[in-house]
Amino acid sequence: MPGPHFLPLAWRISVIPAFTPPGHPLLEVENISVFRGERLVLDRVGFTLEAGDALLLTGPNGAGKSTLLRVLAGLHKPEGGHVLWSGVDALADRSQHAGRVAYLGHQDALKLGLTLRENLTLAARASGGNPDLCMESLNISGLADLPARMLSAGQKRRAALARVLLAQAPLWLLDEPSLGLDINTMGLLGTLFAAHRQAGGIVIATTHVPLPLPDARTHALPGLNESDIPQPLEDFPEDDLL
Amino acid sequence: MTLRIPALITAILERDLRLALRHGADTLGAVLFFILAGALFPLALGPSPELLRRMAPGIVWVCALLAALLPLDRLFGSELEDGSLDQLLMTGLPPSLIALAKMIAHWLTTGLPLLLAAGPLAIMLGMPTTSMVVLLTGLLLGTLILSLIGGMAASVVLGARRGGVLLPLLVLPLTTPALIFGAAALDAAQTGLSWGPDLELLGAFLAAALPLCPLAAGAGLRAAVE
Repeated sequence: MPGPHFLPLAWRISVIPAFTPPGHPLLEVENISVFRGERLVLDRVGFTLEAGDALLLTGPNGAGKSTLLRVLAGLHKPEGGHVLWSGVDALADRSQHAGRVAYLGHQDALKLGLTLRENLTLAARASGGNPDLCMESLNISGLADLPARMLSAGQKRRAALARVLLAQAPLWLLDEPSLGLDINTMGLLGTLFAAHRQAGGIVIATTHVPLPLPDARTHALPGLNESDIPQPLEDFPEDDLL
Repeated sequence: MTLRIPALITAILERDLRLALRHGADTLGAVLFFILAGALFPLALGPSPELLRRMAPGIVWVCALLAALLPLDRLFGSELEDGSLDQLLMTGLPPSLIALAKMIAHWLTTGLPLLLAAGPLAIMLGMPTTSMVVLLTGLLLGTLILSLIGGMAASVVLGARRGGVLLPLLVLPLTTPALIFGAAALDAAQTGLSWGPDLELLGAFLAAALPLCPLAAGAGLRAAVE
């Protein structure tokens, strides 16, 4: 369970932007639409979050939860809609927007040949954060000098979460953060979420299991209608596709 | 942010060099291929010293070109597969500079070792030591061009099915000017003609590729993560 090192951590994630124009919520998502091939994956999704809010994205497999997170991270360009950060178009300069976001994908993005500490170096260089402090917050300090290939799935997930902390960004976008975590780490995660929200950060997470995010709002993405599912063509000419 | 750009590029380079050292066998693969392919020519063409000396420039250049292709497939492929590409883009570094850093890493781990191995291979083929300076200068420019164009092509085919097959088809035609001028400079040096203009053209090619290739590669990386 959390030790006394969480207070300074909460301070470190002091994230509220220096200037918030009055009358604007921190994050506004308007009418996001995304096509994947011929299929409309996200249909005019919209919500508004204030500093300290948390949002859970739910929905069946294939409902576009991960795609929405990637849109919010600036990794995927939506076909329609806007993402506003403090009232300013966030996706206009995606490299700048990256500085506001800590993104946890469904993959842990660890290089197996590098040690944990070496894996976090790049993120530390980008944010100026302290990797040791972040590893300590997720109880993986003891593994810092082990190559990532020797870690278990849960330990790798914790390392990826340490990178989220390390980004020191106000907007956390987490794709199934609880994947492979044990009960203790879930408790730890709850404390980290609370500290982040206390400091004015926003947490948006996709999940299929309950997450330790008290009074989080839920945004359910509708799944596919049966009629929308493309029927497989007969004699699909797969070999002609390059 | 502007202050952080050099630090981030160095961090990517450090990471890639560290990975290259940890996976030493993969890194050496391209150089060993270069030496082996070069060593096959005397076996196939016969041991005539005159013939080999005459063909040495072409052999060294073609083998270097093909060897530099080998690790291109994994240059961005491994980053895309394990999700690292997302995290690279989330550092806030412009995608073209991420691509440039990866291209420099490719040159350091492939181009530079090829350059070191080119001398011994050329001597083995009987190339006169007087033209060694021209060979190494030409290959220095040539391997840099290969890393730039190869990196661009690797990012363009990223995520495509059979990208590995497409890659040489894209890279080889684009690098033919480098091959022509590089081998021509060596030829000129061996026959006692002036080799300066050929190397200057090679330099001009590099000067054009240096800003253009990372820009195109950056767009390719953005498209690949979509």
